[in-house]
Amino acid sequence: MLRFIARRLLQLIPILFGLSVLLFVWLRNLPGGPARALLGERATAEDVEAINEALGLNDSIFVQYGRFVGRVFQLNFGTSIQTGRPVTTEFLQRFPGTIELTAFAILFAIVIGIPLGYLAARRHGGVLDSASVIASLLGVTVPVFFLAYLLRFAFSVELNVFPGSGRQDVRIDATHPTGFFVLDGLLTREFDAALDAFLHLVLPGIALGTIPLAIIVRITRASVLDVINEDYVRTAESKGLAASTIRRRHILRNAMLPVATTIGLQTGLLLSGAVLTETVFAFGGVGSFLADSIFARDYAVLQGFILILAVVYVLVNLLVDISYGLIDPRVRVR
Amino acid sequence: MQRRKRRLATIATTMVAMLAASACAASEREEPGPEGEASGGTLVFGAAGDPKVLDPTFASDGETFRVLRQIYEGLLTSEEGSAELAPALAADFPEISEDGLTYTFPLREGVTFHDGTEFNAEAVCFNFDRWYNFTGTAQNPGVTPYWQDVFGGFADTPDTPNIFESCSVEDDLTAVIQLTTVTSRFPAALALPSFSMSSPTALQEYDADNVTGEGDAPTYPEYATEHPTGTGPFMFDSWDRANGQITITRFDDYWGEPAGLDEIVFRTIPDGNTRKQELEAGSIDGYDLVAPGDIEDLESQGFNVLTRDAFNILYLGINQGQFEGAEAAGINPALADIRVRQAIAHAIDRESIVTSQLPDGAEVATQFMPDTVDGWSDAVTEYPYDPDLARQLLEEAGATGTTLKFYYPTDVSRPYMPDPASIFQVMSQNLQDVGFVIEPTALTWNPDYLEATANGLADIHLLGWTGDYNDAYNFIGTFFDAKAGGVAKLDFGGYDNQELFDAFRVADSEPDPANRVALYEDLSELIVDFLPAVPISHSPPALVIAENVEGLVPSPLTSEDFSTVTLTD
Repeated sequence: MLRFIARRLLQLIPILFGLSVLLFVWLRNLPGGPARALLGERATAEDVEAINEALGLNDSIFVQYGRFVGRVFQLNFGTSIQTGRPVTTEFLQRFPGTIELTAFAILFAIVIGIPLGYLAARRHGGVLDSASVIASLLGVTVPVFFLAYLLRFAFSVELNVFPGSGRQDVRIDATHPTGFFVLDGLLTREFDAALDAFLHLVLPGIALGTIPLAIIVRITRASVLDVINEDYVRTAESKGLAASTIRRRHILRNAMLPVATTIGLQTGLLLSGAVLTETVFAFGGVGSFLADSIFARDYAVLQGFILILAVVYVLVNLLVDISYGLIDPRVRVR
Repeated sequence: MQRRKRRLATIATTMVAMLAASACAASEREEPGPEGEASGGTLVFGAAGDPKVLDPTFASDGETFRVLRQIYEGLLTSEEGSAELAPALAADFPEISEDGLTYTFPLREGVTFHDGTEFNAEAVCFNFDRWYNFTGTAQNPGVTPYWQDVFGGFADTPDTPNIFESCSVEDDLTAVIQLTTVTSRFPAALALPSFSMSSPTALQEYDADNVTGEGDAPTYPEYATEHPTGTGPFMFDSWDRANGQITITRFDDYWGEPAGLDEIVFRTIPDGNTRKQELEAGSIDGYDLVAPGDIEDLESQGFNVLTRDAFNILYLGINQGQFEGAEAAGINPALADIRVRQAIAHAIDRESIVTSQLPDGAEVATQFMPDTVDGWSDAVTEYPYDPDLARQLLEEAGATGTTLKFYYPTDVSRPYMPDPASIFQVMSQNLQDVGFVIEPTALTWNPDYLEATANGLADIHLLGWTGDYNDAYNFIGTFFDAKAGGVAKLDFGGYDNQELFDAFRVADSEPDPANRVALYEDLSELIVDFLPAVPISHSPPALVIAENVEGLVPSPLTSEDFSTVTLTD
């Protein structure tokens, strides 16, 4: 087990190296640069030149890359040109928000997706099955900003039950020791703040969770369909086992392996920044800041955030691999 | 089964307990303060972007200025609701010496900074000397753009032209600014938030000059991020950068009328649709950059849409291709011919663009500044919509059927250009009607589009400007005066029109205000005859507030003062 983990972590080194080179070359080949982005309409050719000189952007790409790698070894990803603060500070302040949002979205997708997929498979060919297939297709195809607009119109503007943007009501003066707002509210016993932060997760969480939800429904349905036709299920039924036991121990457990993989991949994806959702909900996470950084040509943030997120993605998938063993002893890793 | 029921019961109990606890906590918070003071309440305003930095000296964009305008004041300001200059921390307009080089500012009495430091002539000179003596990264044009734009260089850069000579203390309430040369930009530029007065105590305590840079970006000192200290009606309270929130609170010892609100929270909501829905849901009390298409809907719902007087210009830039490499870039040489440029001007139906594409209150522009700026001339050559004349001019120039690379930006809404793509559509059709062939190029606004136009890649392009302060040079000088290398910007093809450049020098250095206005009027006429671009329109940008927000006066400079705002029930 330990060797397996060590091997996977070692694989990170070539991945990160390759990614950092690609990122570096890609960013510096984008048209325009931070200077133009910084000054907007007001930029003159001389100003752009002076800023490029000061930022070291006139050096060869090899020199720039060398400087970058030298700093990364000291865990220094540089300074954001948008905020003038260290990239690591920006990341640490924004990542908890993204984790909370991801957790909500994935839980939403799991809690609804797995039962729905299971029921659709059990009523294969029925109305519920067709409905869930159509709904999941819709879930994948509806653009996030449109869904955001609809959800906010219904639940925020008309019904006024869920807040439509941000992470916390500005009128609540809460303390945030960890940066996880729901958790912070519970820890500091400011329960109104915790509830408020939780309510702020609902609409962006649903908007973000629809795609994983649709995928989980479809994978669960397909996987359960495979399993219910297996001999051992028929055997269990014929020897008179309770339906709930068959469902839990014989069908779901065996059908869960592909679902777990999907959940892992989706969690990794969502964690690496829900760019659109965070932007349209003005949610202070890593995704919205990444989007801003592309427009601002904030090289340091783009490089730093994407590399850190790559590490996160690999770690999440490592956890998924380890979880296989818990679901199915036959694939327990050695 | 039993076990599951128990578990459900536990979850339900916990949730009820949480809700009850939150209700208690909320009700405890809502009780009024112990002194029982009348509460002015909190205003939440939706901004489109984050401020960059809170030291006004280093600021240059509208979102930053909006916040700084509440915390800081300069010697001069713009009159409420107009672009006219007015005294602020100066008790009156400065007395100007005959040669136009010495400005004596009488100062307001009884003003203190938020940290208790007294405002006086010494504080004024401390600020001016600080700006003039910046070194290192602080001299970067991205860090101190307005100082360099208005004043020029620094104490240790003698080769860069510089108009600041010295600041001296005549007495406690009189400061004297000495310039090296006369310029129309001074003292008008002092109304810019960039030249606000900071507390000398706070500047020193929080290491304000220590702007460092290590490779990627300038890093600002504590003063600029945590301790901005001015004399304005509101004090800085907190800045949550990850969540895009700045909170400022009322300064009780303000020298003027104290602010009506207890607190203002500026919340960044980048998406325009989200800002509108958040206003409708009651989460925010107002927002800026209202899309023209939303105005009617918002008004029908009872919101107050405040339209500012237009203080901007949209133009169609024409590239005359006079720079090295213009041919290689494929710039159409026909544009160097004035008849072709006149044909473009006569081909465009500006009246129809203004009525169909721009918000109510927009006007056709005859020149490159709005009529509120001194230097606007009523005698400029006009180019009315006349397709026949355009065709004829084009024929005379032998350029019928010539191809124009027409650049326009996407994904952007500027105060002077709410929807560039639709404006492009109309213009493109107009130009094709008279015999031009249009080759369109759409680019993302920043930096792709700005970079392409600034590098002279477009034959014609859409761009504009919102004035910083009431000065003709701030409009026409920014576009059409000579830049580095003694020629015009590449946007306009780097033309070398010495007559025009000389006229700029003469107007800018004229000490007598009345003569200067006449000189700028002549310049306006000269530019419109030369036609380096076609002036299109002036559009009034709008902001919106909830019904219960009163007292906000829209400013043409988009620099509203929130101290007059109150909330009603």
